[in-house]
Amino acid sequence: MTTSNTLTALRALIRKDLVLYFSNRRALVMSIAAPIVIAAFFGSVFGSGNAKPSKVPIAFVDNDGSALSHAVAASLEGDTSFDVRELAEPAAIDAAREGKVRAAVVLHKGFGAALPAALLGGGEKPKAAVHYDPSQATALPLVRGLLTEHVVKALGESMGGARGSGGPAKAAFTLPYDTDTLETTASPDRPYNGYAHSFAGMGVQFILFMGIEVGVGVLLARRLGLWKRLRAAPLSRTVLLGSHILSGAITALILLAIIYTAAIGVFHVRIEGSVAGFVGIAIAFALLTSSFGLLIAAIGKTPEATRGLAIFATLVMVMLGGAWVPSFLFPQWLQTASLVVPTRWAVDGLDAMTWRGLGFDAAIAPIAALLLFSALFAAIAIWRFDWEEPRG
Amino acid sequence: MLEAQGLCKSYGSRAVVSDLSLAVRAGEIVGLLGPNGAGKSTTVAMLCGLVGAGSGQVFVGEGATRQPLTEYSQEAKRRIGVVPQELSIYENLGAAANLELFGALYGLSGALLKERVDAALKLVGLADRAKDKPSTFSGGMKRRLNIAAALVHDPDILIFDEPTVGVDPQSRNAIFANLISLRDRGKALLYTTHYMEEAERLCDRIVIVDHGKVVASDTLAGIERLVPTMQSLEIEVDGLVDLQALAALPGIDKLTQDGSMLRAGVADLARDTPALLTALAASGHRVTRVASARAGLEDVFLSLTGRQLRD
Repeated sequence: MTTSNTLTALRALIRKDLVLYFSNRRALVMSIAAPIVIAAFFGSVFGSGNAKPSKVPIAFVDNDGSALSHAVAASLEGDTSFDVRELAEPAAIDAAREGKVRAAVVLHKGFGAALPAALLGGGEKPKAAVHYDPSQATALPLVRGLLTEHVVKALGESMGGARGSGGPAKAAFTLPYDTDTLETTASPDRPYNGYAHSFAGMGVQFILFMGIEVGVGVLLARRLGLWKRLRAAPLSRTVLLGSHILSGAITALILLAIIYTAAIGVFHVRIEGSVAGFVGIAIAFALLTSSFGLLIAAIGKTPEATRGLAIFATLVMVMLGGAWVPSFLFPQWLQTASLVVPTRWAVDGLDAMTWRGLGFDAAIAPIAALLLFSALFAAIAIWRFDWEEPRG
Repeated sequence: MLEAQGLCKSYGSRAVVSDLSLAVRAGEIVGLLGPNGAGKSTTVAMLCGLVGAGSGQVFVGEGATRQPLTEYSQEAKRRIGVVPQELSIYENLGAAANLELFGALYGLSGALLKERVDAALKLVGLADRAKDKPSTFSGGMKRRLNIAAALVHDPDILIFDEPTVGVDPQSRNAIFANLISLRDRGKALLYTTHYMEEAERLCDRIVIVDHGKVVASDTLAGIERLVPTMQSLEIEVDGLVDLQALAALPGIDKLTQDGSMLRAGVADLARDTPALLTALAASGHRVTRVASARAGLEDVFLSLTGRQLRD
């Protein structure tokens, strides 16, 4: 073969690849949309110049009731970094444990009275406590730092002339109070196990991938004529679709059981909360997985294009579900939007039943949400499912 | 045993099947032929209960057991076995496991299911490969398993949609033997194919459809009588023949020349052949060989449906 012939063949082969790639619109959209959406997501999470950071929800407990603690509360409430809820101590700790706030700040009785003396070096340091959500531990330094700022500010205002009068200010500055930082886990003797959240997030992600295979399996069956054979059998549409939903759900449950067996056996994850709640969430999520698969089968065209698109959709759902990045880092609007993402309910629900140690009542909302999404997916799938084939 | 009456089906404004009727009796193989896009697949889909007819009806059974077939009539569907054109088997389930699954879909279980699975595997010559996965099978073996999957529930009616695509002559012969055996056991078989020699060899009656309508329905002999050209001539001749001039001769048509081989259709072999040979000699062509043959089903098919490409 001459060089000229080789170049002609090479040009033809390259042209063929380019034409084939750019004529596959779905693949093209995926290649362009996926990086744009994911880049936009991480850009918004980690801050663009103009983005307004979301407020960190915290609870404030004023067990002191002094003028100084009131001033600290007022100062915290005026801080645009925080969304402060003033609660009683048990409610505040529960809110942190349930993930409703990132931390609960507690000023103990006598805090305000002891602080000036402690600042001047003449008395024992009073104590504050920060009960924090260990799965969102990156918020802790922020809470501690800003708490210090507001305490010192309130103290400075209450001491009036002491500020800038020399003496103690020139001495080496130490914080005039101590802070106990406490993880809000199922119980004080159960330290936070980071694997619990990781297993929830990754379990949800990869089981949804299995759901994609359920849907792609139906599309492949259509292509291979298997669907025709199944449709020719004396089976109702309900049995045909129902079998896919049930087999997908059973597979998802088995996978979840194996994943959590590994988590429990090797990584010491524990179901600290309601076992019934955990099982309920697992079943609801398994149904969600299979109905998601059915939805894919109903709206997909070719197995190849559908698989790519479905993986992309799953990754977006998992990102928004907080499995990759703590959801408190999201902009406020995204935190709100993520409530309509089923993965968030699944991950939060599994967290609640494992390391958070919450009771069955905390499982009801995730179960209801997951079942609602399952019903929605199944309804769309049944509505959109193409039973008429062939068409020629 | 299987009867379609006035079937119509449209997709949007496009009529795919129009007023199509056909019947397959017990102990009979009926060939359903038609060019691509003629409406065969839609017809087969309606006959299998996969697609509902726009109008018209399909019936299965005879006498007291006759009943209408629709997408939802499960009892009627139970009497039909479908062999799709595609290899509709699970590659990663064993051969017997595949048949157990398809048998179970028709309500078989326990000892009866096992008995039927064994019988179906034996019929298609795969009894010794019962536990093996189809992924390890040759193309012909997969085709035979594809057929067995439709037989396992012992249906009265079998619908074969091009079951021999891509198989070697040995497997094709084995499949034909299976079909003839099924016919001899009183089954009603509907057989769609693009291979005319298969239809000639197997089918007791032939239905040719085009543009969604039946254009011919008869025995092979009856079908062949439908076209005037009954015989074909093959003539080895030197030089390029003026086909237009020869086509003007009475009783001569379908003239083609491929190198030295001239082919012509003749309405009457005794009457028209001498005139054709005389004309060739008169125009200076030397004839070195002449052979005659009856026009085959393919000639009839092309005559009825035309030679224009459909895809």
